[in-house]
Amino acid sequence: MGFIQLIGRTFLAFLAAVGRLAIFTGVALSHCVRPPFYGRNLLRQMVEIGYYSLPVVGLTAIFTGMVLTLQTHTGFARFQAESVIPQVVVVSITRELGPVLAGLMVAGRIGAAMAAEIGTMRVTEQIDALTTLATNPFKYLIAPRLVAGVICLPILVLIADIIGVFGGYLIGTYKLDFSAGAYLQNARAFLEPMDVISGLVKAAVFGFLIALMGCYHGYNSQGGAQGVGAATTNAVVSASILILSFNYVITELFFAR
Amino acid sequence: MNQEKAADGQGKTPKIRLRGVKKSFGDNHVLRGIDLDIGEGESIVVIGGSGTGKSVLLKCILGLLRPDEGLIEVDGEDVSRLRGKDLERMRRKFGMLFQNAALFDSLPVWENVAFGLIEGDRMNKKEAHKIALQKLAAVGLDEEVAGLFPAELSGGMKKRVGLARAIATNPEIVFFDEPTTGLDPIMGDVINDLIVQIVHDLGASALSITHDMASARKIAHRITMLYQGRLIWSGTVAEIDTTDNAYVKQFIHGHAEGPIAMPVLRP
Repeated sequence: MGFIQLIGRTFLAFLAAVGRLAIFTGVALSHCVRPPFYGRNLLRQMVEIGYYSLPVVGLTAIFTGMVLTLQTHTGFARFQAESVIPQVVVVSITRELGPVLAGLMVAGRIGAAMAAEIGTMRVTEQIDALTTLATNPFKYLIAPRLVAGVICLPILVLIADIIGVFGGYLIGTYKLDFSAGAYLQNARAFLEPMDVISGLVKAAVFGFLIALMGCYHGYNSQGGAQGVGAATTNAVVSASILILSFNYVITELFFAR
Repeated sequence: MNQEKAADGQGKTPKIRLRGVKKSFGDNHVLRGIDLDIGEGESIVVIGGSGTGKSVLLKCILGLLRPDEGLIEVDGEDVSRLRGKDLERMRRKFGMLFQNAALFDSLPVWENVAFGLIEGDRMNKKEAHKIALQKLAAVGLDEEVAGLFPAELSGGMKKRVGLARAIATNPEIVFFDEPTTGLDPIMGDVINDLIVQIVHDLGASALSITHDMASARKIAHRITMLYQGRLIWSGTVAEIDTTDNAYVKQFIHGHAEGPIAMPVLRP
């Protein structure tokens, strides 16, 4: 009986957590479309998420493109199918690796920072202070982060796509002796708009999820430094899991026949 | 403070009125039925030990926490029924000094002080900056401090900036949460003097919570004691020294022995 009670209690706790997150998401979204809007905060978050994430996303993309080209070559050479390497690389990067890896890197960098900043504001009563100064924390803190996440991630992923394909091009032309023109032509000829669009849609969803998890865990953190630490960990872990699971769902929606 | 102000508030509709306010967190019944009136221009100090629910009481009045039961009225309006813009309008009447000042780390001192003017009242930055400097001067801080960030300030300076922020919008009601905690006695007295002067100049009603008796004696018209979720005693500063209430006597003299038992495990 104790074991069944434990399962029941865990399931109810899970439902309660999902309910709290759903309410938080609904309230946050409603504040994204209702004035007043805090343009300066939105700009600051866009610089933080977009501009300062460029180096880490760019490095991830270039090395991923290079490794992908090498690995594809070692596999495809067994079937004398080296000529399709540019196509495989460009589709893999635009559809999957660009958005997922950029999403995971930004989740580590930005999701953690958001949870830590908002969590610290919570435990030091700065969020209560905002409220007493007649400023809604959802409008001032959370809405700008969500909007910035949705705007910046697709831009970052577009840049990551270009850098990733360039990484593949470098290895393809300088190491694997592809002709530069043929590599680019093959890559471009096989690429369809939907490959890029699906990646950008994924990026926008991932951007929203990263900001949502950072804000949600930060906003609900309790108990001082330990609570902020736990919120940071939870934000990164939950954003990463959601990115991977939503990646499957969006892929299914776009490409499943 | 003199007692004339306290008398001014009597006979009128109280600025703040609490009746039967209860608040629990799970099995922890923090407030068990609070009745309290604060008159216009009156300064009330709630004393009580750590963890007795003093901060919860303030947060309930501000609408940061919703009471489980009871009535909280500000100028005759039931706070627990207010939502959205009405709640924000009501909060504009308040200024609050938080225990650890709760200054925004990402903003310089002057923007902290002017925050309510810029974001709440939509005042332009130039004018808000001017008012922020005036308010900083009112708490004894000069222009050089205005450009610093909270991390660069001492504890006493943070409290003074928090005080300047609390009064920047000329609120009708000011709350002080442990205004002297963590300060040396001299700085504590400086803060007490500033509070007395500011409340007098603004003509505001004030509610302070503290366990610092020197502070309570200096800033209060009336003192009330919170114990086990109830206000067990209320009186003037003069009356507190002559009361027969054993709980109050133990608290103000800081005796370990008495009716307030501290759960200390002795080897």
